[in-house]
Amino acid sequence: MKTGKIFGGLFAAAFALASGYAAQAQTVLRIGMTAADIPRTHGQPDQGFEGNRFTGLTMYDGLTGWDLSSAEKPSVVIPGLATEWAVDAADKTKWIFKLRPNVKFHDGSPFNADAVVWNVQKVLEKEAPHFDASQVGVTASRMPTLRSARKIDDLTVELTTAVPDSFLPINLTNLFMASPAHWAAKLAAVPASVTDAAQRSAQAWQAFAADASGTGPWKMTRFVPRERLELAKNAEYWNAARVPKVDRMVLVPMPEANARTAALLSGQLDWIEAPAPDAVAQIRQRGFTVHANQQPHVWPWQFSFVEGSPWLDKRVRQAANLCVNRDEMKELLAGLMVPAVGSVPPGHPWWGNPAFKIRYAPDEAKRLMAAAGHSAQKPLKVKIQTSASGSGQMMPLPMNEFIQQNLRDCFFDVELDVIEWNTLFTNWRMGAKDATARGSNAINVTFAAMDPFFAFVRFVDSKMAPPTSNNWGFVNDPEFDRLVSVARTTFEAAERDKALAALHARIVDETVFLWAAHDVGPRATSPKVKNVIQPQSWFIDFSPVTMD
Amino acid sequence: MLQYLLKRLLYAVPIALGVSLVCFLMVHIAPGDPLVSVLPADASLDLQNQMRAAYGFDKPLPLQFALWILRALSGDLGVSIATGRPVAAEVWRALGNTFMLAVLAALIGFILGGLFGFVAGYWRDTWIDRVASGLSIVGVSLPHYWMGMVLVIVFSVQLNWLPATGAGPGGSADWAWDWAHIRFLILPAVTMSVIPLGIVARSVRALVADILSQEFVDALKAKGLTDRGVLMHVVKNAAPTGLAVMGLQLGYLLGGSILIETVFAWPGTGFLLGNAIFQRDLPLLQGTILVLAMFFVTLNLLVDILQTWLDPRIKRA
Repeated sequence: MKTGKIFGGLFAAAFALASGYAAQAQTVLRIGMTAADIPRTHGQPDQGFEGNRFTGLTMYDGLTGWDLSSAEKPSVVIPGLATEWAVDAADKTKWIFKLRPNVKFHDGSPFNADAVVWNVQKVLEKEAPHFDASQVGVTASRMPTLRSARKIDDLTVELTTAVPDSFLPINLTNLFMASPAHWAAKLAAVPASVTDAAQRSAQAWQAFAADASGTGPWKMTRFVPRERLELAKNAEYWNAARVPKVDRMVLVPMPEANARTAALLSGQLDWIEAPAPDAVAQIRQRGFTVHANQQPHVWPWQFSFVEGSPWLDKRVRQAANLCVNRDEMKELLAGLMVPAVGSVPPGHPWWGNPAFKIRYAPDEAKRLMAAAGHSAQKPLKVKIQTSASGSGQMMPLPMNEFIQQNLRDCFFDVELDVIEWNTLFTNWRMGAKDATARGSNAINVTFAAMDPFFAFVRFVDSKMAPPTSNNWGFVNDPEFDRLVSVARTTFEAAERDKALAALHARIVDETVFLWAAHDVGPRATSPKVKNVIQPQSWFIDFSPVTMD
Repeated sequence: MLQYLLKRLLYAVPIALGVSLVCFLMVHIAPGDPLVSVLPADASLDLQNQMRAAYGFDKPLPLQFALWILRALSGDLGVSIATGRPVAAEVWRALGNTFMLAVLAALIGFILGGLFGFVAGYWRDTWIDRVASGLSIVGVSLPHYWMGMVLVIVFSVQLNWLPATGAGPGGSADWAWDWAHIRFLILPAVTMSVIPLGIVARSVRALVADILSQEFVDALKAKGLTDRGVLMHVVKNAAPTGLAVMGLQLGYLLGGSILIETVFAWPGTGFLLGNAIFQRDLPLLQGTILVLAMFFVTLNLLVDILQTWLDPRIKRA
């Protein structure tokens, strides 16, 4: 008996030691996000692309995904949960997607065509029991032409669009596949006292968000609203090359840049997004690494083309673009920007080599302005609406004031109308003719440029004028409409890229924007963090990251 | 006393209603779209209308207010647009966190503030007064978020003694009263205590100085009362006003500080309010403001009652 106790004790001690060792051996990557709250976890994250980065692409996959394996070239769309896809040759509104076999959700249920149909219904079919209005906003407009999904067999699904649309595979990177079986289990657990079907569904989604299930490389293990989200590596992830190297990842919302920086420097976090620009030198000095790379992101002035706008004269638009000293602006931002010479950078498949070369050429700008009838004595008055802060806006006030100073040299008299970010964002939908523009003839709202619809179409297609979409300045040019149509209906990838390149070249030649900067998505990591690949993307793959 | 209590309680009802109406209107009058956090930039008009109907924003404002207040009376503050979680649960969690922070900040602020004030008032116009008053003026004048940053730089970044941000190593869901958790409270609580410290010290000093200059103190001394006895009389006379000042300060502390809670990523009501404003999450904003306002009304009521109990002359006035 006594011997048994001794052995039992020894065994327990050995087990405790072993567990202690195992616990010690676990690697944990602690990340401070710029988000003020954990982005929604039910599969369609909010908080823009930061949401997709942290609670979308970690726990979930789409039918298509992004290649984030290289820092050297722009990220492109690659197969995700679909291995291949093709548009129907006879009816260009129908697409056939072949699904990846043997993929399982985190709850163990299989991923198949039924799951795809279910996930399309969650945002598009109001009558579906699992339809969730809160997911519609962040999904539907990212795939504006998608209408329905139909199962052909377990591993084949047909998607239908309203009009022929070659952008669909790119759009689908934003539709994350949540587990229908897991949701059904959450629905079954809703108390019987809740009888209203919509309420039951909402409660099931709420429970799902607290205990999510996707197919991604990370599994949710703990969720403390507004404080932290803990993920563990999915050792059974379908893509063996992307099984995370780190055991656990902890995501902490921390909206204040100085707080994030302090948390990194004090060793509380291993990785922070967007460190305080003033602290970048100190961060580097103390042995931490600052990662940055050009993002598909544009910091512009979007011009108004409505009657009476001073930007209707192309010479004026070109002069403004030639008068901004982007290199000095980069110095102002501690190097954390890339000068923009178009919506996508040279070398991008959609660049198209425009004839008008954007650069700093103030003398040429002055000549153009003089030809348009302006001088130092007779400056051109322009009014720009912007915000004091906001997601993706970088440092809007110093940047706008810098441009204001630059343009003064080229006979512009710039008035800034600074309003609150969400109000500016709302006004963006209303258009230059609306009272909310308050007489502004340009608006400064940053945008993502990784999807042709978001990067180009919504700004220049005349059908996208308010209230439909973001053609704030009412660009109405048949040639733009034709180029958009060609790009949308060109289904071979290389040809579609050529069509998009032609569209982009014309956007630059017609100088629809004043292009100032691309963001570089700065993030800082502790010396313990290794193998970080910062792609030319809004997103990043946490799978290859290791910890010493 | 009972009649006074009932009267004060009755007064609180229209105040509460008025506050509800003001906070409801305040967030509705502000420009911008309440659905901005769930609607993308290029949301079509159809989609916008559909979402507005889903969240009930298509109804007339008076009807929206009536429905909101009716639901609030039963404890339902609606659902956060940004997170889909019930607002009441969000506010409740945040209140718990702010409560911890406020109580510790109040303890530090009231004890040190009371002490500084009393010492400065009792030995007025001496070097002790000048030092204590100087410290309290610094407390009132210092931008507290700046002081928070300085504390973080010194104690977290340079010395690595205390954590810079957060509410515990594992989040507040499993808060424990151990050093691993309490250390997260120290820097934000010290930062937060600076304001009440300064205000309480200034008020108590003025109060004590005023009481000491009154005739009854001379009379007490003439009667041969010891210094300790005189001190007790001063404390008793200063207590009601001191208490009112502290009550008000406690109210402010319990309201949370957007700046301090943001600097320290402390998930309290200030942090919640900041998030709600940032995301323009109307139900969350309204719910948080309402709960905080009700909290303030109740706290004022309690302070009034306590003051009356301590000094019955107030009731007669």
